[in-house]
Amino acid sequence: MQTIQIASQSSLKLPYHRWLIWIIVLGLLLGLAIVFSISIGTISIAPMTTFKLVCSHYLGINTATNSLPEESIILFDIRIPRVLLAVLVGFALATAGVVYQTLLRNPLADPFVIGVSSGSALGAMVAMALRINQTLWGAWGIPLFAFIGGTSTVFIILLLARNHGHFQSQSLLLAGVIVNAFFSAMIMFISTVIDPGKIQTYMFWMIGHLETVSPSMLKACYVYVIIGWIILWINSRALNALSFGEETAKQLGIPIDHIKILIFIVASLVAGAVVSVSGIIGFVGLIVPHIVRSMVGSDHRILLPCSALGGALFLVVADTIARVIISPAELPVGVITALCGAPFFIYLLRSRYWKHF
Amino acid sequence: MNSVITLNHIHFSYGDQPVLHDISFSLTGGIITGIIGPNGSGKSTLLKLISAIYPPVSGTIEVAGKPLSHWPRRELSQQIAVVPQDTFVPFNYTVAEIIMMGRTPYLGMFGFEKKHDIEIALSIMETTHTLNLANRYFDQLSGGERQRVLIARALVQEPKILLLDEPTTHLDINHQWEIMELVTRLNQEQQITVLMVTHDLNLASFYCQHLVLIAKGEFITEGKPKDVIQYDHLKKAYGIRPVITQHPETGDPVILHAHPSNLNQKESIHDSHQGE
Repeated sequence: MQTIQIASQSSLKLPYHRWLIWIIVLGLLLGLAIVFSISIGTISIAPMTTFKLVCSHYLGINTATNSLPEESIILFDIRIPRVLLAVLVGFALATAGVVYQTLLRNPLADPFVIGVSSGSALGAMVAMALRINQTLWGAWGIPLFAFIGGTSTVFIILLLARNHGHFQSQSLLLAGVIVNAFFSAMIMFISTVIDPGKIQTYMFWMIGHLETVSPSMLKACYVYVIIGWIILWINSRALNALSFGEETAKQLGIPIDHIKILIFIVASLVAGAVVSVSGIIGFVGLIVPHIVRSMVGSDHRILLPCSALGGALFLVVADTIARVIISPAELPVGVITALCGAPFFIYLLRSRYWKHF
Repeated sequence: MNSVITLNHIHFSYGDQPVLHDISFSLTGGIITGIIGPNGSGKSTLLKLISAIYPPVSGTIEVAGKPLSHWPRRELSQQIAVVPQDTFVPFNYTVAEIIMMGRTPYLGMFGFEKKHDIEIALSIMETTHTLNLANRYFDQLSGGERQRVLIARALVQEPKILLLDEPTTHLDINHQWEIMELVTRLNQEQQITVLMVTHDLNLASFYCQHLVLIAKGEFITEGKPKDVIQYDHLKKAYGIRPVITQHPETGDPVILHAHPSNLNQKESIHDSHQGE
């Protein structure tokens, strides 16, 4: 009896050490993936050279290297901006996925599945059609329009799929299908109007690319995503309580009415900002939170940082594969995530979760 | 006898569907009170009003002499804790994580638990016999275990008042006994005021010191179990003719079904249903 007591007591110690280890492990893996990703490609650069070039470029440490000048151009003008974009997009989509799943209390929710991504893409397209980036708004305007598109979609979904405060899978997925169909038609329409004969624009939005974006746009998106993520993380306990439903959250002392709307809006900002630079990359917000939950548990104080890092890691790896698999040609990264994501979605749908929804 | 919660002329409706009509009673501190009544009588809704999930359409509820609307949500959750009927959790939280969530009213939205919080949780997990469940996931537990975990979470809130919504539904008789013994122990040893909603009249009669009977959203009567569990009151609330006898050990009232071969009995059931 005594030993059982001790064993179970030790299981109730504070989990902060374990959390720190997870963050360090995922951070290191992400760092490795980034170095690997910027080293390989049509022209491969030795990881050591990459490391030295990065040190001399950003830290001003003049390490004597015998690298070629074109290596430096490939690295700093193409690969590093691209990997930074992959990190940002994965980080944001996984974060938004976690938050939508908790708010809708449904593990199948993901910005792509429920239509927030296509709503954001439509918003971004409208902004481009209106040439918002050439106005006073500059690089900040397009993500903002994407965010408005995404937020509107969330409220449409809430209206369509809500049934006595519950979101059943069937109605949620149906609402997502409808919204996606409508918005992709709108995107097709607008892209044809803006640029007839150019199907690439449409393809860009619908499948999700990580092409180079302007540094100012990348910076604006990083600011949006990081601020949004911090707001969500601060509300971790509210998210934990919300996993048990709104009534329990209230009874645990959380003034849920305002917080819930704030969280919905901020999650849509995070998702919308990255959609405006990458198009619709599907399933990241579905796969990553699910795997991370099974590793670190569902406490949002650790789930949010680990999902964000895991999402970045996943997308960096997926984009590296997309770049090299049919080299010298390239696949859009959305192809890779959809090839992984769709079977995963079926698995989730058929697994033990199904019986609850 | 101090009153810890007072309800004055409460009216409530979901949309245009009236649920509660002119309910007034007060809850005495330090005892176990039961709200009884038929299904759909508004018992659970009453708990949701008292825990400030919904505001009443009209009327006032006072907790410790202060109107409910004047209580900040966090402070109210340090006074009142709720044990819901059952909870569906779509994600994999462990029992320990769920029980620690009871500290939310003390830690705010982004507090980190400290040693002190763990100690409180540990002692409550010992009381509620949930220590051995600490690392299990909620959806792997049996009905009785889930109920104990939800009670433990409520107790970790260190409440003065504990609200229980049908704590023994879906449980077999030994688990019913186990849960009610736990509630009685908490009431006696820690002076926690208990308000429980139940449709199990025998359980209410046996464990509660005070009963409030409501039916179709209206107040019927309140008082000691032996005064409330009376033929006339139950007939009015349930529309049946109950047979009331006495518990052989305690003398508490016990309700039994009337024999179905009694023709008048059947007619009376029939009549009352048509009357609805």
